[in-house]
Amino acid sequence: MAQADVVIGKKNDGDGMRWFSWLTSSAANTLVDPVSGRKLYPIDGGIAFPDYHKQETADIPIRNVAMPSHYIVPLRVNPRFTARPIVDIGARVRKGEKIGEPEGKFGVAVHAPTSGVIRDLGHYPMTHVSGLPALAYFIEPDGKDEAIEPTPYRGACDDTDRIRDFLQQMGLAGLGGAAFPSHAKVASSPVKTLIINGAECEPWITCDDRLMREHAAEIVAGACDLAAAVHALEVLIGIEDNKPQAIAAMQAAAANHGAVTVVAIPTIYPAGGEKQLIERLTGIEVPYGHLSAEFGVLVFNVGTARAVHRALTYGEPLLERVVTLTGAADDPGNRWVRIGHPIAELILEMAPKPEVDRYLLGGPMTGFAIPDLDAPILKGSNCIIAASPALFPPPPPEQPCIRCGACAPVCPARLEPMALYWFARAQQFGKAQEFHLFDCIECGCCAYVCPAHIPLVDYYRYAKSEIWEREREKSKAQQSKARFEFRNYRLEREKAEKAARAAAKAAETKRRLEAQAQESHAEASANGTNDRDGAASPSAPNANDAAARKKALVEAALARARAKRAAEATEPSGENRE
Amino acid sequence: MAHYLLLVIGAALVNNVVLVRILGLCPFMGVSKKVDTSVGMGLATLFVLTLASGCSYLIETYLLEPFELQYLRTLSFIVVIAAIVQFTEAVIQKTSPLLHQVLGIYLPLITTNCAVLGVPLLAVAGQYDFIESLLFGAASAAGFTLVMVLFAGIRERLEGADVPTPFRGTAIALITAGIMSLAFMGFAGLDR
Amino acid sequence: MLTALLVMGGIALVLGVILGWASVRFRAEGDPIVDQIDAILPQTQCGQCGYPGCRPYAEAIAKGEADINRCPPGGDEGVRRLAELLGREYKPLEQEEAAAKPKSVAVIDETRCIGCTLCIQACPVDAIVGAAKQMHTVIDTQCTGCELCVAPCPVDCITMEPIPESLETWKWPKPTWSSERKTTETV
Repeated sequence: MAQADVVIGKKNDGDGMRWFSWLTSSAANTLVDPVSGRKLYPIDGGIAFPDYHKQETADIPIRNVAMPSHYIVPLRVNPRFTARPIVDIGARVRKGEKIGEPEGKFGVAVHAPTSGVIRDLGHYPMTHVSGLPALAYFIEPDGKDEAIEPTPYRGACDDTDRIRDFLQQMGLAGLGGAAFPSHAKVASSPVKTLIINGAECEPWITCDDRLMREHAAEIVAGACDLAAAVHALEVLIGIEDNKPQAIAAMQAAAANHGAVTVVAIPTIYPAGGEKQLIERLTGIEVPYGHLSAEFGVLVFNVGTARAVHRALTYGEPLLERVVTLTGAADDPGNRWVRIGHPIAELILEMAPKPEVDRYLLGGPMTGFAIPDLDAPILKGSNCIIAASPALFPPPPPEQPCIRCGACAPVCPARLEPMALYWFARAQQFGKAQEFHLFDCIECGCCAYVCPAHIPLVDYYRYAKSEIWEREREKSKAQQSKARFEFRNYRLEREKAEKAARAAAKAAETKRRLEAQAQESHAEASANGTNDRDGAASPSAPNANDAAARKKALVEAALARARAKRAAEATEPSGENRE
Repeated sequence: MAHYLLLVIGAALVNNVVLVRILGLCPFMGVSKKVDTSVGMGLATLFVLTLASGCSYLIETYLLEPFELQYLRTLSFIVVIAAIVQFTEAVIQKTSPLLHQVLGIYLPLITTNCAVLGVPLLAVAGQYDFIESLLFGAASAAGFTLVMVLFAGIRERLEGADVPTPFRGTAIALITAGIMSLAFMGFAGLDR
Repeated sequence: MLTALLVMGGIALVLGVILGWASVRFRAEGDPIVDQIDAILPQTQCGQCGYPGCRPYAEAIAKGEADINRCPPGGDEGVRRLAELLGREYKPLEQEEAAAKPKSVAVIDETRCIGCTLCIQACPVDAIVGAAKQMHTVIDTQCTGCELCVAPCPVDCITMEPIPESLETWKWPKPTWSSERKTTETV
């Protein structure tokens, strides 16, 4: 009988919806991409927004930014992906120098974004919803921007392990937003299909679009590098069809690479989600708790692919990325920004309008308001939106859920948002997991369509973090229990050892007494006292003899003590004379 | 064949033990807070009822009628049911101690479940033969299980719902049972 | 009359034999319910429930001797999970104030520690490292916050420090509108 117990990683055992959706969608299964002629698979749910707000920044070329007054380079943002600080405070570093050694299998190296002096190693506010601090280096640039000697990759292009270690040392992480360590993905080969994610489905963001238009050749080169490393048979580059210039640029770059196919996918949010893109291009569904590599597919962002190429070919570690600065601003656009650039200084680059009241990191669907602007740009920070009350009006008050069911058809993961909401609300986390809570990709489609304006995704995040906390407490409790039981065992063992020692000592004393009785009896018989006892044999002790022996021992001890005292009585007078 | 099918459908749906005959409400209300325990309870009742129906028929036909002891019907049926329930409890305790702990007092209370006594008595009143008695008992218990599982599913959703304070707990459960009863009256036209 | 008695007696005899066989054949040993209760308890081994450890408390609950609302480290959530597991009524915690304290770990002031090992002997999970006349220190990842070490220290050098919030332990807060209403409770 299943208990409503909190268990992470409960397997999503082929949800019953799958066969059902095959029945209903088989008729629509004639989707073909006009650009590549490739068959596309249907995906459920999603939203086609009326206005994607891409035109504010999509046609402006990427520019550089001014050097900030300082860089805050974090060593750990996620508990799993951490780096160990290896440079002392006060040291002089150059651009590209490694300042953080990766910890563990998932750790990623950290590098100095420019040349300068390490002023501090401490806790600085992080680009996180909570604004809580994390360990980071505070670097003061010296303005010279001096770089170290680059060390490109010199091994075989299909040596997976060597490339994996190289990418780990180059600090490669997913630039699509999640900043998952890229080397960990490379390690899981072989795969059949390598997918490069150029979908960029979220409104307002255009960094990938501009990157594809301006650096298509490097992206395709990076895709080929990755394909060789993971022994992939084919490379698919998925781009939403609202980016015709990017599609054209990528097609031109991929023209000479037979295994690389540029595929235009229908523009619907969230087509760029990893699982959704895999399903759209290959029809494979990846459940929670499994890696896509288990199904023979790997997905990398276009920015990551380019960074991989630059790392392998030019020895460039991951130091900078394209960030879209948009919203209520006079000078919006995309910028090359180094990792660690403080957001407070970056937003000045876009000349935000006076009515801006908060800044969103990421897009309007999955982003969050930055609580502390002193936080830095991270490897996954793709966009900053200057939000004003006109552009992003405050949400209407939440109203009761009337179970209208508008949320269910738009869920791209085919979940029941309404059920998850009620369970999360009532804190029935076991049931929420039974309804596949962890398969939720937090895209925000359900909250967008909810007529009662319920912040559904916040409920799911709340439920997930509660469940994770319970998991942590449970494992801690198991450890405590093991230690408690071992302690009891240890005390028992000590008691037993003590008793054994005491018993051994008693036996030893007994043996010694008997041995002495032997000797004294032997002496007595030698002196002729045995005749008086008649038939008594010298080697047969009895109770009287035992008492006599003990008495003899005591007498001997007293005699020794008297002699000692007598000796001490004469000695001091002897010593005084000297 | 059609006769047996009608008998089964009649016993399970049309004249559902809980919602139409209003028997066996005690475990229906008490155990139906979770779907898992409801399934367990339903299967236990299925086992007990089928066995009880069969044994009751045998006792009625070969012991009570020949010796004209029909006045002992209720007494002997109850004794048989009590023994079967004890047997079932021992089996459940061995095979699933958790179910045994969760069902708790409701497992021995199957003895006093008016459905478990009522169904054999109805079988005698309907003058069913052995096969028909067995089918009648099994179908009635299947209907009982079905309704209990449906009810448990609804109650699990009601757990987290915004029920007004005066209605929480048993009150809203009884209202739900009443609405389900209304729904099951829709089967009334099936049988003739 | 006689036939009636004989018939009833006969039925009773037959059923008695069957039940006797069943009681032997289906004998159940042990009580796995205790393990399940123990799995819910937080394993701090603090003794606030009145029992010397979590396992004795679990056994007492299983026997019906102890109520389910006596464990402050388990909190409200622990009482609810026990209530759900055992099918008993939920009750608020007996020790209300104790439950409201934030989670803490013990910290030894090393300038005052005299190396007497009294706290090491008191810790139920061996989370204090040290030896006689050597410095003692608390392994903070293993400390359960049970506070059993504070009293035995002769120089009062152990304090309980609340665990600070960090990125590793931060949780999403529950959206505010619904938390104004009481959680649904069954009557």
